[in-house]
Amino acid sequence: MAKFIIKRIGYMLITLFIVITATFFLMHSIPGDPLAHMARNLPEQTRENYYEKYGLDKSTPEQYVIFMKNLLTKGEMGESLRYPGREVTDTLMTNSAVSAKPGGMALVVGLIIGILLGIVAALNKNKWPDYIVMFIAILGITVPVFVLASVLQYIFSVKLMVLPTTGWGSWKNIVLPIIVLSFGTIATYARYVKSNMLDVMGQDYILTAEAKGVSRFNVVKKHVLKNAFLPCMTLLVGQVSGIFTGSFVVEKIFGIPGLGFYYINSINDRDYTMIIGTTIFAAALFVFVQLIVDIAYSLMDPRIRVK
Amino acid sequence: MLVNHDVTNMMENIPDEKFKIIGIDKDAEAPSRPRIGYWRDAWRRLRENKVAFVALIILLILIFFIIFGPAISGYEFEQIDSDAINQGPSAEHWFGTDDLGRDLFARVWQAGRVSIIIGILGAVIASVVGSIYGGIAAYFGGAVDDIMMRIVEVLLSIPYLIIVILISVVTDSKSLGTMLVALTLTGWCGIARLVRGQMLQLKSQEYVLAANALGVAPIKIILKHMIPNTIGMIIVAITFDIPGYIFSEAFLSYVGLGIQPPSTSWGALASAAQQNFMFYPYQLLFPALMIALTMLSFTLLGDGLRDALDPKLRK
Repeated sequence: MAKFIIKRIGYMLITLFIVITATFFLMHSIPGDPLAHMARNLPEQTRENYYEKYGLDKSTPEQYVIFMKNLLTKGEMGESLRYPGREVTDTLMTNSAVSAKPGGMALVVGLIIGILLGIVAALNKNKWPDYIVMFIAILGITVPVFVLASVLQYIFSVKLMVLPTTGWGSWKNIVLPIIVLSFGTIATYARYVKSNMLDVMGQDYILTAEAKGVSRFNVVKKHVLKNAFLPCMTLLVGQVSGIFTGSFVVEKIFGIPGLGFYYINSINDRDYTMIIGTTIFAAALFVFVQLIVDIAYSLMDPRIRVK
Repeated sequence: MLVNHDVTNMMENIPDEKFKIIGIDKDAEAPSRPRIGYWRDAWRRLRENKVAFVALIILLILIFFIIFGPAISGYEFEQIDSDAINQGPSAEHWFGTDDLGRDLFARVWQAGRVSIIIGILGAVIASVVGSIYGGIAAYFGGAVDDIMMRIVEVLLSIPYLIIVILISVVTDSKSLGTMLVALTLTGWCGIARLVRGQMLQLKSQEYVLAANALGVAPIKIILKHMIPNTIGMIIVAITFDIPGYIFSEAFLSYVGLGIQPPSTSWGALASAAQQNFMFYPYQLLFPALMIALTMLSFTLLGDGLRDALDPKLRK
């Protein structure tokens, strides 16, 4: 087990290193330099000062070494180019905390409803509850989030006037984003839980349990659910790290000042340090959650360890 | 030696008429129905699957309109008409007009061209690259396989959208080509894994072992056993991937990193319409409906194809 964890952590570090390096060099390979558009009209001396401040007067490999040193020793990723004085890491922390609120709630809501719907559908295969659940699942997979968000805004804000369209602060602002964000999770999990449960229900050990006379409730609780949930854990990776990076589109539509919102903004602003910082942050989070899920998975399912 | 020789001689001297067939029905071994090949069988099964067949027909109708729609509308998709701004659907403009008075019927189908091309090309490119990669890894096995799969693992652990966004920012060209590169850069990894798994499984099958034991050349085993047994799976994967690419493109265009005017896609149309949604909901309705219909049809068709193409899943 210890060997497995060490191996996983090793892979994680390699992946992170590759992502950071690739992101850095990719961003620095863009023709022109990050300050070009704003530095054009500045006097010579001011411009040089700017370049010096951001270390842009040095060669790319030198900048890379400095960047890595700052990241590893101080956990810093420089200052925003667009908003001087704003530390990238500070911005990341504040924004991801904002994103985590609707994201986390949506994940919990989505998981509970999705898993319940999946169980209901599997136990009532080819009856009306199954059809309703599958209809919801298909809607969740085929309707783009921005359409769902717009429709909900139209219904609840424009027609019924009970909830605000955009903004941040009151609990009312968070209701629609949670619905929109959880819809995808509900659809994904309902489908996945259902098909996993059906798979498990076709296994020989379920037949054995039934033949022994174990009650249906106990068969489902002790054998089906336990085995059907395990593979669902892998889906959590994307969902959990998605909490913090936030759904770009949803945050943009509802005006939530989260990480996704600022990421899109920094892309439009060509704020290079912010883009590099957010990319690394998102990737690191993704890889880290993956590690946790991998370890948890192998703890719960002995079959993985044997392989 | 001598005896044998004699017997052969004797046999040769017996005229053919002396031999006659007794009690064997020549037709006993003849198949009573014409043989059905793999593809004909798959097609038959797909036709029997009503849901998948309806999905296929919807897709064909969509593709028909995507090809001929802009011509049918009688308007150019980029033709601005300041007298007909933000009009609702009418006999003149079937899907209405947008904020520049452009005919939405023409625009929706024109946009569909870009979206469908990205969907299909993206999925096909990713599948071809992934299949070759996975096939090579499975064929060589050992250290080669180990290293190749490690690379895939690293690539897969980078969030997909982040890569796509990064590539779009770095290349700063919003042409169809660059978008395809951005979308498929890591998109092939999933299929590579799938193909490798399937190939490894096939390699350990008894009939491949038998073929090997009989001395069949490796290239023939690959052509006769490996590829035919994987191609169905790849086709299914392509079908399931197409909506993903259409969705990613829609997302990119929505964020402003996708197709740029004057050219347009469903995502770009929806993005433009979303800003006017409070006042002109129909502008979002049509592109959103097309995205949803396409995604739904491909998903259902994929389900049907999987059942039709994979004999092992049949009940």
